[in-house]
Amino acid sequence: MKRSDKKRNIRGRKNKRLERAIHGVFLLLGLVTVGCVLLISVYLIISGIPAIREIGLIDFLFGKTWASTAEDPQFGILPFILTSVYGTAGAILIGVPIGFFTAVYLAKVAPARIKSVASSAVSLLAGIPSVVYGLVGMLVLVPAIRNIFNVADGASLLAAIVVLSVMILPSIIKVSLTALEAVPKEYEEASLALGATPVETYFRVSVPAARSGIAASVVLGVGRAIGEAMAVMMVSGNVANMPSLFQSVRFLTTAVAGEMSYAAEGLQRQALFSIALVLFLFIMLINAALNFLLKRKKEG
Amino acid sequence: MLTKNASKRRTAYGLIMKTLMLAATTVTCALVLFLIGYVLVRGIPNISWKLLSTSPSYLNDSIGILPDLLNTLYIVIATLVIVLPLGVGAAIYLNEYCKSKRLVSAIEFASETLSGIPSIIYGLVGMLFFCQFCGLQTSLLAGSLTLVIMNLPTVMRTTQESLKTVPNGYREGAFGLGAGKWRVIRTVVLPNSVDGIITGCILSVGRILGESAALLFTAGFAHTLNGFIEGLSRSGASLTVALYVYAKEQGEFEVAFAIAAILMILTLLINASASWIGGYFKRRRTR
Repeated sequence: MKRSDKKRNIRGRKNKRLERAIHGVFLLLGLVTVGCVLLISVYLIISGIPAIREIGLIDFLFGKTWASTAEDPQFGILPFILTSVYGTAGAILIGVPIGFFTAVYLAKVAPARIKSVASSAVSLLAGIPSVVYGLVGMLVLVPAIRNIFNVADGASLLAAIVVLSVMILPSIIKVSLTALEAVPKEYEEASLALGATPVETYFRVSVPAARSGIAASVVLGVGRAIGEAMAVMMVSGNVANMPSLFQSVRFLTTAVAGEMSYAAEGLQRQALFSIALVLFLFIMLINAALNFLLKRKKEG
Repeated sequence: MLTKNASKRRTAYGLIMKTLMLAATTVTCALVLFLIGYVLVRGIPNISWKLLSTSPSYLNDSIGILPDLLNTLYIVIATLVIVLPLGVGAAIYLNEYCKSKRLVSAIEFASETLSGIPSIIYGLVGMLFFCQFCGLQTSLLAGSLTLVIMNLPTVMRTTQESLKTVPNGYREGAFGLGAGKWRVIRTVVLPNSVDGIITGCILSVGRILGESAALLFTAGFAHTLNGFIEGLSRSGASLTVALYVYAKEQGEFEVAFAIAAILMILTLLINASASWIGGYFKRRRTR
């Protein structure tokens, strides 16, 4: 009797220890993500700071010429920053209206059949690799721009804007769609009962009710557009000009990707890390905005 | 008179908005159809058995994509093998163990941050950390590890979502029968959330297949034929990187389109299987 009690006690203790060990393992696994974020931030900051220090923050951010391989190298990334901002703004200007109206149609008007087909088409759009967008852009869009606008080379900011606006469509449509579907039915019923037409109800009741979700979709689109590298690299020509619609331009992302493969050790390479740091700060700002919007949505 | 005008304006408003909605939806759908059609029409005629089964050779002046296919397969396998335990474990910790709300929101914030970081930055940090700091050089393993960090949020989120759908009664029942926590998780909770794990897998495979910027500096450009173990320590181009190199640097558009068509078909398959799996488990659950 006593002996079996003892045995059970030992087993119980063993179990407890095992449970605690397993708890520890899962805790570690849970902390991996936090570790990764810290790792990325620390690495970017450590490797990005030296070049900025050497060049000077003002000269680096607001210098208008980038000539990293010249005899007297100059590292001004204002062209890249402005190109990224203009490119993203252009993509938003084209992509958001199309995405928004598509989302309203799919959420409120479309018959179930069309809705399911269109939704899977949209998720397909999200799944297409960015190099495929780049390839199609290179061979369809770039020659088209050259012919239509009669410019020497179609690889330009405009081409990048068009490609980006297609690439951000899925994020905008999906997130807006979810927000619009979450609008309480009562709102719409009340509006209809007061004599508004269905279309008026969708745009004057449902859309305002879902506005923070829709705003979040736009911010998400901004994040996608500013971070895209490969597709943009294939269609934008990659010359470090100040941005202009029909000129070959270089984005923050493509500045990093384009030179990294041949950059010599030293200031040139370090400057690329600094560009990545600037890009990272942009993304962090966008993430903060996104979090703010989504939190506000949850609180209603 | 006034009301007549107002009603006219309302009809016009309705008409304009309806047209805009229809036009936008048509544009979206037409874009998808055009992209799929164009890539398949230009790519499929260029896919040949010779292309799929050989390596590129300067002697014969021929291009084959077998090494790139294998490299992609190796990267997918290596990434999944590492990311699954990490992501599923993290999700289990969040949903089953963690009691501190603050820690949960910290981990979730970290995972949201990770999913917002652009792939070029992953590539850069992967190069600095895995290739240089850890001494892995430019290799498929370094590329896979970079992709692990990228896909961690995806696996975590889908697993967590399906863990949340496991009814608490299951857990309580098992606890009531005297099972320990680990046993409950292993035998009751996990088997009931397989769908989330599988969905996470499929989504990750899709992202890995489509990724290029993160692999450019971590996995490299080589087109040599290797076995799995040997391949992991060597540099190698995935399909997407090969597409980029062939299109942008060598001007071999036939090959590039063939690869694009292969990627497009894989994307179609992945999307179809993801929605099929979702539907399958939903039906099984409601039954």
